[in-house]
Amino acid sequence: MNQDVITSTISGAIRSGTPLLFATLGEILAERSGVLNLGVEGMMLIGAFTGFAVSYNTGNLWLAVLAAMTAAAALAFLHAFMSITLRVNQVVSGLALVFLGSGLSGFWGQHYVGIQATSFLNMKIPFLSNIPIVGEILFDRDPLVYLGYILVPFMWWFLYKTKFGMDLRAVGESPSAADARGISVNLTRYVYTVIGGSLAGLGGAYLSLAYTSMWVENMTAGRGWIAIVLVIFAIWDPLLAMAGAYLFGGISVLQFGLQVSQTPIPTNIMKMFPYLFTIIVMLFTSSEKMKKRFGAPSALGIPYSREEKT
Amino acid sequence: MKLKIEKRREDPSRLSIFLMSVFSILISLIVLGFIILSLGKNPLEAYIELVSWPFGSIAGLTQTLISMMPLLFTSLGVLMAFKMKIWNIGAEGQFYMGAFAATWGALFLFNHISNPWILLPSIALFGAIFGAGWGAASGLMKAYLGVNEILSTLMLNYIAIYWVNYLVYGPWKGKGSYNFPITATFPKAAILPQYTADGLNLGIFLAVATSFFVYYLLRRTKFGFEMDIVGDNAITAKYSGINVKRMIVSVMAISGAISGLGGMMQMSGVLFRLQPNFSSGYGYTAIIVAWLARLNPFVAIVVAFLFGGLLVGTQQIQLFLQIPFSLINVFQGLVLFSLIGGEALLRYKVSEVKL
Repeated sequence: MNQDVITSTISGAIRSGTPLLFATLGEILAERSGVLNLGVEGMMLIGAFTGFAVSYNTGNLWLAVLAAMTAAAALAFLHAFMSITLRVNQVVSGLALVFLGSGLSGFWGQHYVGIQATSFLNMKIPFLSNIPIVGEILFDRDPLVYLGYILVPFMWWFLYKTKFGMDLRAVGESPSAADARGISVNLTRYVYTVIGGSLAGLGGAYLSLAYTSMWVENMTAGRGWIAIVLVIFAIWDPLLAMAGAYLFGGISVLQFGLQVSQTPIPTNIMKMFPYLFTIIVMLFTSSEKMKKRFGAPSALGIPYSREEKT
Repeated sequence: MKLKIEKRREDPSRLSIFLMSVFSILISLIVLGFIILSLGKNPLEAYIELVSWPFGSIAGLTQTLISMMPLLFTSLGVLMAFKMKIWNIGAEGQFYMGAFAATWGALFLFNHISNPWILLPSIALFGAIFGAGWGAASGLMKAYLGVNEILSTLMLNYIAIYWVNYLVYGPWKGKGSYNFPITATFPKAAILPQYTADGLNLGIFLAVATSFFVYYLLRRTKFGFEMDIVGDNAITAKYSGINVKRMIVSVMAISGAISGLGGMMQMSGVLFRLQPNFSSGYGYTAIIVAWLARLNPFVAIVVAFLFGGLLVGTQQIQLFLQIPFSLINVFQGLVLFSLIGGEALLRYKVSEVKL
């Protein structure tokens, strides 16, 4: 492989990893607070569609991003209400969210299939983009990729170094202790489930506003589910989430690299790679012992109530 | 205003659950009406169209029964797993693998057999075995490595779909298909008996028979009894001497086998050849059907009939009123939400706290 192939594969990995990164960061927030939201796929789809529709109708990309995040946050709010206030089974509620998100985006999106809208363009960052190879790979990207670069360290700092972050982790680890210290468990969970949803929406919007410049029904193609696996892979840590997301991004663009090097693997077989790789990752990260040791939030998926201590 | 939620003392009665389910569907239809309205279409007109053809005409009823068949198979598949609280979301992939195996058998492996009494059972068995394998793979990963079955079954769905795509776009593309991604047509001996010119076939009766089989398995056998215990509490089950891990693998295998059999029936009964996207999301709709049927295999027959009609009706309104087919996913999401919400209200009492 020559240098061009390598740089284009790595930059492709970053581009294709960015939607995964946003969705994974969002799910980390929700799960850290103790809410399991399996509806990432649905929220991403609503984000992708809403972003595209707003961008097409207004031409304003940042407004489109904002709208995508809001729409996905609304779905997340529904999940929060179901699982925090009504205390329903979070697995079922998450699945319902996938149906709803994929249904609504497909339903409203049918008119938008097959048309092009504006998309985020690459912006060279002065000086940094002049670094040989690295500059081209990292600093000649679109603004949302840069947003990812900033969001990751910010979230790490927020989670581990601020009082808000500590409260958030306390709610997910030991809600009754957090409650005793005067933290509102349910409010915290609402807030981070909704913020988490908005990040999934941002991930979806990346697909229709930067990765491509169109809307296709079910265009997330399982990325929402892969993000849920990435949360475990990243052991609920934003920095590892970044590594994981770009790694997975790399696996999904591997097919382009292989096509260039004329390896005779059929496209449909190569399209299986991200899903196969997800399964392989799960084989190594799933045992209860591993999860406990590496810090899965202890109260994940368990609704909190003062009367019924669990 | 502050709300307080307390657990009710007694379990909800069957009647209240039934009423709650009906009410959930009604609420979903009302919300759905507004969503249809948002597209500038008349919801009442849409609903009339949605129901009148699939349930109100002989030709429509036939189509309803035809689309009910794969739906009932996959519903029974997921129902088996749900019964033991295993979230098998992979009926779609297991259905695909069953269809793949049936095609493999009918067109390549056993294509020298011309006796349908031998060929049909062989490819049915083959479809069931591949569906079972696809399910058991997730079962094994769950039982021995703790891999979440929702995620693994979903990933396997995507893999199965791309596998079928690979075959029909590549090595299995039929000779007379004019470059369309479809396989050759099944030989006569691999086609299920057809009762009407528009496709009503033996599959629907076999699907209903499978409901009886599942009922028998769940309610009348030691295996079904043990499934109940494991589903209730895996730790109790372990101490009462049940091999929980083996149960998980077996249940996932049976669950996958039933969906795989459905895939074979869809090939031999309805489509006669493999093609991309041949499932209208049966494996996913099956989740809603099983949930609405409260995991009862007989109730599943009725619910699958209704949802089969719904699938047909939604195709109808897409054709005549240009209302997108995704409407059905919206409806399924709404039904699932109102069902679990309604159930929460049955189990908990919500009251306002006076400050």
